[in-house]
Amino acid sequence: MARTTRRKKDDERLALYRSMLLIRRAEERLRVLFADGEVPGFIHLSIGQEAVAAGVASALGPDDTLASTHRGHGHALARGMALEGFFLELMGRQGGICGGRGGSMHVADTSIGMLGANGIVGAGLAIAVGSALAHQVKGRDAIAVAFFGDGAMAEGALHESLNLAALWKLPLLLVCENNGWSEFSPTERQFAAKLSDVAAAFGVPSRTVDGRDVEAVAEAAAKLRREIVGGGGPRVLECTVHRFGGHFEGDPQRYRDPAQLAELDRHDPLALAAAKLAKAGVAETELTALAAEVEEQIERAVGRARAAPPPPADDIAGLVYRAVP
Amino acid sequence: MTELRFGQAINKALADAMAADESVILFGEDVAEPGGPFGVTRGLRKRFGELRVRDTPISEGVISGAAVGAALSGLRPVLEIMFMDFTTLAMDALVNQAAKAHFMFGGQASVPMVLRTPHGGGLSAGPQHSQCLEAWFAHVPGLKVACPSNPADAYGLLRAAIEDPNPVIFVENKALYALKGEVADDAGAEPLGSARTARVGRDVTVVSYGATVATALQAAEALSGDGIEAEVIDLRTVQPWDRDAVLASLARTHRLAIAHEAVEAFGVGAEIAAAMADIGFYELDGPIVRVGAPFAPVPFAKTVEAAYIPGPDDIVRAVRRSME
Repeated sequence: MARTTRRKKDDERLALYRSMLLIRRAEERLRVLFADGEVPGFIHLSIGQEAVAAGVASALGPDDTLASTHRGHGHALARGMALEGFFLELMGRQGGICGGRGGSMHVADTSIGMLGANGIVGAGLAIAVGSALAHQVKGRDAIAVAFFGDGAMAEGALHESLNLAALWKLPLLLVCENNGWSEFSPTERQFAAKLSDVAAAFGVPSRTVDGRDVEAVAEAAAKLRREIVGGGGPRVLECTVHRFGGHFEGDPQRYRDPAQLAELDRHDPLALAAAKLAKAGVAETELTALAAEVEEQIERAVGRARAAPPPPADDIAGLVYRAVP
Repeated sequence: MTELRFGQAINKALADAMAADESVILFGEDVAEPGGPFGVTRGLRKRFGELRVRDTPISEGVISGAAVGAALSGLRPVLEIMFMDFTTLAMDALVNQAAKAHFMFGGQASVPMVLRTPHGGGLSAGPQHSQCLEAWFAHVPGLKVACPSNPADAYGLLRAAIEDPNPVIFVENKALYALKGEVADDAGAEPLGSARTARVGRDVTVVSYGATVATALQAAEALSGDGIEAEVIDLRTVQPWDRDAVLASLARTHRLAIAHEAVEAFGVGAEIAAAMADIGFYELDGPIVRVGAPFAPVPFAKTVEAAYIPGPDDIVRAVRRSME
């Protein structure tokens, strides 16, 4: 290592970089596994958007909760979902975090306050509202985070959630990952308003940050969290990002301009963070070692999942209800 | 024993549950300050405070989703949806979220929420304020559905619903709110999924729930005059429903009628009839007959609505058909 003493800031930067790298490498691995038929169903990758998950997660406290979206792998991993349970679930193997009942669109880990990815656009908003209500009623020093995409802006759920959260001054952070695409359609053709205007209409302060910049996201999220736990009520954080892939994995994206697709690399949050780390004097060898460590962890999880049997199919109805104590 | 109206028994169940467990909270449209459109939640705001008893905006979607999120985060929310017809606006939260969280999260978490909602006609409330939609919810794995017929059961079943770790749709027939009945002073939870014999009889089993139980009892009295003794089974819970109790009664009477206020087609009666035609086939001495509303929305005008809602005569006719 080039230096013997390093600044706290560098450690924080490195932790954010690692969090993004874990999401990126895990999703790249999923992409291959999906192409090879080892991951069934639909998966929606967040490649290009990792800075939002990593930045917001870095600002959260231990009792905070979050509700996610169909593009939720990053939120789960950044919050600390164990890789093995994650890959076992997505590969449909016994021991998956959801017992093979949920898959990619429903990964959840309530032990870390991760209340689920969600197959319904906008549904996580109301769940986060309710979680924030629970924090308020129980007097917890905690907030709830609702991740949503710009595609959810046209859902009534957003407008109802903003209204209720504002009325009840709920400890809620609404995080929009605005990638400009509502599934296969550009959001400018889907939504007539601006999120900041909508938030303002409900008296909810909002901030818009460059969602490629993990430090900007982390700082904004930390600041908004402080305002929220201070009793300020809900806040909106809009992060402008680029969706590198299709709506779902396998989407040929014929609706996108090839020229625009070709220049996505310029918006890579990982490359931007790596450049900043280099500028701060963090040695490239350190990043290489970090990458090797992350990849090894992922391979171990994939290896474990490949070796695991499928979940037993003899008790399908067993998890429908929780037994009454 | 205390004589309480059906609505008062629900109020008492809510109050007792809130006193017993701090994590029970109550919210809905006009339930706090106004005390509920039917006065069912009157006084609870004053007693338990504004943190735990809340009026919500008219936003069925988000308040239902919020109940799910609150239940996932340590509360036991009791949500009121003013009319069962309005649950249409809450369907995602109920069907895709509440019902499935325990299953799709692999059992990590459950959703201990109760959605109270009134159904039923008789008030000339028209097609969008009168529907009995319980079969929809009974069709969704993960939800439970209770529908009491009297104050004592309303109390006991609601206590059980609030204690239940699963989401429960608690259906209250509007016509019953003023009904008086005895509720034991030390009453507790009445387990969901267990039927009650409302009337003993040897000749025919009439299965019902909610307000139609009283209609079935009237029909039974009329039949008794003709020497036919009907056994009336009050299901109390539609999902899960008490197959054992229905089968045991059928094994005694060998004839079966099912009556409810909801539309007959694809209804709760259809499920019970199909199950009994299978597991009770060798007990049957006649066709299983159903009594329900015609396949039409609930009409407004008094006379038309009265003709629409199944009455004692409809049940009497059905029972006679089962005995042909």
